[in-house]
Amino acid sequence: MTPEQIIPWSIGLPLLGAFGIWITGKSPNLRETVTLITAAIVFILVASLFDNVSAGERPSWVFGEMLPGLSISFVVEPLGMVFAGIASFLWIITTVYTVGYMRGHHEQNQTRFYICFAVAISSALGIAFAGNMLTLFVFYEILTISTFPLVTHSGTPEAKRAGRIYLGILIGTSIALQLVAIIWTYTLTGTLDFTPGGILEGKVAPVMVSVLLALYIFGIGKAALMPFHRWLPAAMVAPTPVSALLHAVAVVKAGVFTVLKVTVYIFGIDLLQATDAGLWIAYMAATTILLASLVAMKKDNLKARLAYSTISQLSYIILGAMMASSLGILGGAMHIVMHAFGKITLFFCAGAIMVACHKTEISQMNGLGRKMPITFICFLIASLSIIGLPPFGGVWSKWYLALAAADTGQVIFVAVLMISSLLNVAYLIPIVVRAFYNDPDPETHDDHNDQDDHGHVAVATHHPSDAGGANQWKIGNLREAPIACVGALAFTAMGCFVLFFYADRIQTFLLPILEGTNG
Amino acid sequence: MMEFPGQLIYWIVVVMMMMGFYIVIAQGNFVKKIVGLNVFQVSVFLLYITMGKVNGGTAPILADGIEVFSNPLPHVLILTAIVVGVATTSLGLALVVRINEEYGTIEDDDILEQESDV
Amino acid sequence: MITDHLIILQIIIPLIAAPFCVFIRNANVTWALATVISWICLAISITLMQQVMVTGEIIYELGGWAAPWGIEYRVDMLNAWVLVIVTSVGAVVTPYAKLSAEKEIDNDRLYIFYAMLLLCETGLLGITVTGDAFNLFVFLEISALSTYVLISMGKDRRGLTAAYRYLIMGTLGATFYITGVGLLYMQTGSLNIADLGKLIPDVADSRTVQAALAFMTVGLCVKLALFPLHMWLPNAYAFAPSVVTVFLAATATKVAVYALVRVIFTIFGGVDILEAVQISDVLIAMAIVAMFGGSAVAIYQTNIKRMLAYSSLAQIGYMILGLSMNSVLGVSAGLVHLFNHAMMKGGLFMVMGCVVYRIGSAKLGDMAGLGKQMPLTMGAFVLGGLSLIGVPLTVGFVSKWALLQAALEKGWWPIAVLIVISSLMAVVYIWRVVEVVYFQAAPAGRVAVKEAPLMMMIPMLTLIGAAYYFGIDGTTTMDIAGRAAESLIGGLK
Repeated sequence: MTPEQIIPWSIGLPLLGAFGIWITGKSPNLRETVTLITAAIVFILVASLFDNVSAGERPSWVFGEMLPGLSISFVVEPLGMVFAGIASFLWIITTVYTVGYMRGHHEQNQTRFYICFAVAISSALGIAFAGNMLTLFVFYEILTISTFPLVTHSGTPEAKRAGRIYLGILIGTSIALQLVAIIWTYTLTGTLDFTPGGILEGKVAPVMVSVLLALYIFGIGKAALMPFHRWLPAAMVAPTPVSALLHAVAVVKAGVFTVLKVTVYIFGIDLLQATDAGLWIAYMAATTILLASLVAMKKDNLKARLAYSTISQLSYIILGAMMASSLGILGGAMHIVMHAFGKITLFFCAGAIMVACHKTEISQMNGLGRKMPITFICFLIASLSIIGLPPFGGVWSKWYLALAAADTGQVIFVAVLMISSLLNVAYLIPIVVRAFYNDPDPETHDDHNDQDDHGHVAVATHHPSDAGGANQWKIGNLREAPIACVGALAFTAMGCFVLFFYADRIQTFLLPILEGTNG
Repeated sequence: MMEFPGQLIYWIVVVMMMMGFYIVIAQGNFVKKIVGLNVFQVSVFLLYITMGKVNGGTAPILADGIEVFSNPLPHVLILTAIVVGVATTSLGLALVVRINEEYGTIEDDDILEQESDV
Repeated sequence: MITDHLIILQIIIPLIAAPFCVFIRNANVTWALATVISWICLAISITLMQQVMVTGEIIYELGGWAAPWGIEYRVDMLNAWVLVIVTSVGAVVTPYAKLSAEKEIDNDRLYIFYAMLLLCETGLLGITVTGDAFNLFVFLEISALSTYVLISMGKDRRGLTAAYRYLIMGTLGATFYITGVGLLYMQTGSLNIADLGKLIPDVADSRTVQAALAFMTVGLCVKLALFPLHMWLPNAYAFAPSVVTVFLAATATKVAVYALVRVIFTIFGGVDILEAVQISDVLIAMAIVAMFGGSAVAIYQTNIKRMLAYSSLAQIGYMILGLSMNSVLGVSAGLVHLFNHAMMKGGLFMVMGCVVYRIGSAKLGDMAGLGKQMPLTMGAFVLGGLSLIGVPLTVGFVSKWALLQAALEKGWWPIAVLIVISSLMAVVYIWRVVEVVYFQAAPAGRVAVKEAPLMMMIPMLTLIGAAYYFGIDGTTTMDIAGRAAESLIGGLK
């Protein structure tokens, strides 16, 4: 296949897969095989584009004209390549994990779950490869809608309320702010194509740049910049694989990816540098980093804490973009990768704990590390990567972001990054410490009396076979989650480590996105 | 411009129109509303017929010695409008009959009361 | 050649078929007749559209009498566009009508129903093709009288009062319209729309002509249910038989909007009337109130047909807003929304028809748990609802894009903001339905229901499918609307 043909196939294949899942829905084994095979092929397709793109090619494909003069078109460039690579790669891992999780957790409506998941991945790839802002917006909205049934999966009143917040904020911001920004851009420039160096230079009055930028950045609700962050914690009612892949990787990364795209290809770094339009949004991002970390410290529910941690980490990327320097953009783009591996591991661990021991609150996790050592060691590794310590991938992106902050003379941002790292330590490490060093609570030997009275997470259907059935993998005294779950989370934790050594390759690969800029 | 007798017919049209309109709005009885509607329509018919009049003109008949005659077109138009008016009135009255069968009243207030109960 | 007479055949065929229905009296035969006729009309209108695309405006002189003395029928891009909207909805509605009407209308009166449906279509098509201002009134009344009958045919007695109230309002509106026509005739001596367009500029300053404009605008605004002249619409749509609601929602208001467009841009086109007497400010204000008022009231409705009716009021606001922008982009946004709204609202009302067919009620509370029992129908509702919200890939998105672009082109920031905020209100009322339908269990007393029958499902999915097809490829519709708008605005300069 030529690179041009790969684009429609990689976006279309998950949809075909969704259809296959629907047909084979009656037989879980067949259904999950279809998902896994689809995920594998999609990843191979996406990966096969890698060499072309790093050789400087920009494969493109046009689906058709949607509005007069505006087409649905796709262009693969390094930034999108990286995002697509992560999304499709982690889809495979997540599918493996999901099989263990969903069966161990006895979830309902699994076929619908897998279908929506596949559609969500397809739209994430659409976002990654989008050649213009209209295409990106179209897939952005499909992503919102296709993940909605996943958020409300359990159908409880809690899920219903979360669904309202989710739709309200994501659809609301995208239509009320982002769409207006897009159409405004179009009336100003007559094009929406992503062009290296930006399209707005000289087309818009300097004072209006910051208004337009604000419309874009706040309109991209998926980036969860405060005050439009509430949907992310709300979305945590979804089953954990959804939180892991979508609300730590695909959906939120689609948000910050869009922020980067807009910064680099619509505005252009030079324009932002010249007008300083991004500065006040950078301050908003810095505030979000700190506030979200502080909120995370107060959350006892593990997934809620991770959600606020995600909000904080996403603002690193926004901060990187808004500082309008090459290093910031690079750091932001790399943080997409590094954070993805770290955060998905953390969520996998949270899910594993929930499946194996039905624990959702951190205060209940005393001594749990002795029963689930692999899970908690991986949790530690991922935490260290998120905090930004060597030898894990997270250190590099933070390094670049800090360099960018120092470079642009914004010492305050350097301070924010440092303080935030300390806060990361404060809200992640105690979990591990508690799990390994505290003695188990006496009543935790019984797996069944810990109803989740906080209502943060869909209550597991307690099933007689829980006591030693599909939800646990026993070796001696250990009570790990099913092997599919543990394998997946160990793998992504390894990824955090491996990325430490490959950061320079990612950086070289990403460099071409800064073409056409002086800074 | 506003010499009173010359414009009299238009004043009559306007007064009739407003009377009809007022009846339609103010009356709660469905039959009386239709009466008002008819007054309203007839005022417009008058307006049309009036405008066909040409000073000193006779009936529009082609015959020797007739030079000036009224414009027949408005009359023809109004024939159509009258037919439409008749159809509307009969349909309206038919509906009133049916409403009376269903509700046992044709007073607006009583009907609104019954509808709000449901 | 018969192709020369297509314009008149478009009107004559359904007009003649209507009395035949009354003679035949057999429900099934009349249904078959109505279906065939509606398809013939669709074929004719598509042929006309193609002709217009190739040759430009087509003029047909009735009885060979040349305008401005004789009545002429004229079809240009705009007329052909509206013809296609009306006939395609008609062609989809008649197959759907069979089962729905059998359920909701007394079976011994079904033949009257089909006769009236055909008459109504005749009237709407007549309004669209005629080039004569008085003839337009006659067709307006043909469609209106048959509409009153159609609305009153349901089994709910509130349909009777709804029809009666509409009759009063509608007749007032139509009478206002002919008063305006009369005043214009007084001043110009012509009734031909195109001719009037040429004559008006010389006499535009006279009070007679301005009064005529006021009478005609108000009269037509009653017909198209622009706030605050909308009182008749919600009850009429809510209590009419479902299939009637589908047909009216998708066509009647659209044709009234068309008539208003003709008055403003063709009859008064020579004097740029929107600017000259500043009615555009008034229209914009009313449109915006309609957008917000309609959506806000829709949120609190418990009867979903009524909810959709209020949503229609809001959508009519968008159309009028686009038209009153008085620019090519604005007018084409309004015109493209005529079609787009017909597809999505027609589809949504068809969904409600299916629901009423199965559970006998359009109340929100009674619809609980239908998401499981009628997955396709409710899926169609969600899809149609997304289009109302204006999510990309739907026709609603195309309309909103065009409208926003028009507003921003003029630099009307506040208006653009109001458009997006009001469209977000649709999220709320669609969401309410989704919550009840998908997250609530079916009420204990209700017997489990099946999917709607195929004969209703196919037309419904056709309209919803069209709402997506023309959303993904918005170029055809935008192109036609753009050309129609250019010819209208071109008349101005």
